[in-house]
Amino acid sequence: MIINHPLLGPRDSAEFTYMGDARLMDRPDPDAPDAAAAFYDYAYLRDNPAGWHRELWFHEAGDRSWLVVTRNTVTHEISAVELASDVARAQGRT
Amino acid sequence: MRYSAFRVIKEALTGHKGWKPAWRDPVPAAQYDIVVVGGGGHGLATAHYLAKEFGQARVAVIEKGWIGGGNVGRNTTIIRSNYLLDGNEPFYEFSLKLWENLEQDLNYNAMVSQRGILNLIHSDGQRDAFTRRGNAMILNGADADILSTEDIKKRYPFLNTDDARFPIKGGLAQHRGGTVRHDAVAWGYARSADSHGVDIIQNCEVTGFRIEDGVCKGVETTRGFIGAKKVGCAVAGNSSRLMALANMRLPMESHVLQAFVSEGLKPVLPGVITFGAGHFYCSQSDKGGLVFGGDLDGYNSYAQRGNLPAVEDVCEGAMAIFPMLGRARLLRMWGGIMDMSMDGSPIIDKTHIDGLYFNGGWCYGGFKATPASGFAFAHLLAKDEPHPTATAYRFDRFEKGRMIDEKGMGNQPNLH
Ligand SMILES: Cc1cc2nc3c(=O)[nH]c(=O)nc-3n(C[C@H](O)[C@H](O)[C@H](O)COP(=O)(O)OP(=O)(O)OC[C@H]3O[C@@H](n4cnc5c(N)ncnc54)[C@H](O)[C@@H]3O)c2cc1C
Repeated sequence: MIINHPLLGPRDSAEFTYMGDARLMDRPDPDAPDAAAAFYDYAYLRDNPAGWHRELWFHEAGDRSWLVVTRNTVTHEISAVELASDVARAQGRT
Repeated sequence: MRYSAFRVIKEALTGHKGWKPAWRDPVPAAQYDIVVVGGGGHGLATAHYLAKEFGQARVAVIEKGWIGGGNVGRNTTIIRSNYLLDGNEPFYEFSLKLWENLEQDLNYNAMVSQRGILNLIHSDGQRDAFTRRGNAMILNGADADILSTEDIKKRYPFLNTDDARFPIKGGLAQHRGGTVRHDAVAWGYARSADSHGVDIIQNCEVTGFRIEDGVCKGVETTRGFIGAKKVGCAVAGNSSRLMALANMRLPMESHVLQAFVSEGLKPVLPGVITFGAGHFYCSQSDKGGLVFGGDLDGYNSYAQRGNLPAVEDVCEGAMAIFPMLGRARLLRMWGGIMDMSMDGSPIIDKTHIDGLYFNGGWCYGGFKATPASGFAFAHLLAKDEPHPTATAYRFDRFEKGRMIDEKGMGNQPNLH
């Protein structure tokens, strides 16, 4: 698979470490009253869809940026690649 | 029809006209006592034990494709019971004991071959870890043997024991481990289940569950509704997809694992060998092909085929201990979809929905578990209690902090 890095252009997926569902960017609030249940869900449960999946890839052997890749788990086709920092900023995080 | 040497001779002399199909192709009934979803090794074994051991007469196995087309027909056929943790080892040893009597139980030649498995040791720390594991195995009634470098040289003279980077300092052997003809396991269980009255329904995909007031009443399928008092799901890599139909989210990711077979060679490899410094394992099939594999590709996938980086990684492992493999041509390679659980161990449990039961999370080690998984799941379905060797395989263990994490990797499913 080739991942089209927003800054570096097309790179071999072997340069990256796969870090799973991109929802892991949204860590639950540890002070919330339901924190234990929310962290159980966050740490262990996954949608694991057959089809389009937004997921985190870490450019470990490259510029060490985190990417959010939209990839089809049935065909391995990649439709979008974003910098995780851009995604987080768009959600209002600093 | 019983299979025997006498039967083979009789058929040979009468033009092989007496053989019958090994199982029927029944039309689904409107209602069963128990419906098992998934005609892989685990689903078929469950049906066999339900009928034979637990006296259940109205059982069906529902398979979306053909039986044996999933992981049971794609794996590298290794069986062993060399686990460390209490939640696992008694279960896998129970499985190995069932393998040892499988062919008599099924009246089917599954080519169970206890040719032994050898995990190579390359460092002093690894020797300590494997010695501990061997002791845990012995405490649970399994066999384990630490071999010296000299012992290994005698058995496998071609191994480079003095390699500067990865010297072979010994090995953990389980002589009762080995290989089994994977397709024959599916066919043998199917034939036996069928002969005990189980309906095996192929080309029938489960597309939904009928759940009324928190009780599962049966399954919607591409061949219509099939009612059941209890529904047991055993669909391996498709577990998350299937259980999503009951609005469940599982502690699991689906990943692709690749395997490889070389052209047929003369006998070179008497047992199963695993490389301890990378991830590579190899055995030789009865046809002569060297069957080998290694790590997952590492990303979520339902594609049943992998990519080249994993191929390269496996071949590097092969060349590190087994340079002669570089001269053999690769005949075939393929992939299967693994139900990778968050702690690397399986789940055999009830769900929160009455009448709906689940078996999955086998990661890439579920073939060896087939007999015990079927037995334990049948026990749970028939008696509503877990089998004594499978009490730790609960859904709530993640929430309760009772993970069974053999590798100590944490909740990173692609590392188990
Ligand atoms: C390359 C590879 C190597 C492996 N090597 C080993 C090994 O050496 N040793 C070992 O112990 N294990 C090994 N494994 C793991 C082992 O093969 C699996 O853990 C085990 O086979 C899974 O259980 P099963 O046989 O029931 O799965 P499967 O055979 O996959 O059965 C599941 C069935 O469910 C069906 N299904 C799915 N969805 C539906 C639906 N909606 N309706 C109806 N039916 C459905 C599928 O079509 C499939 O036939 C390996 C796996 C792979 C891929």
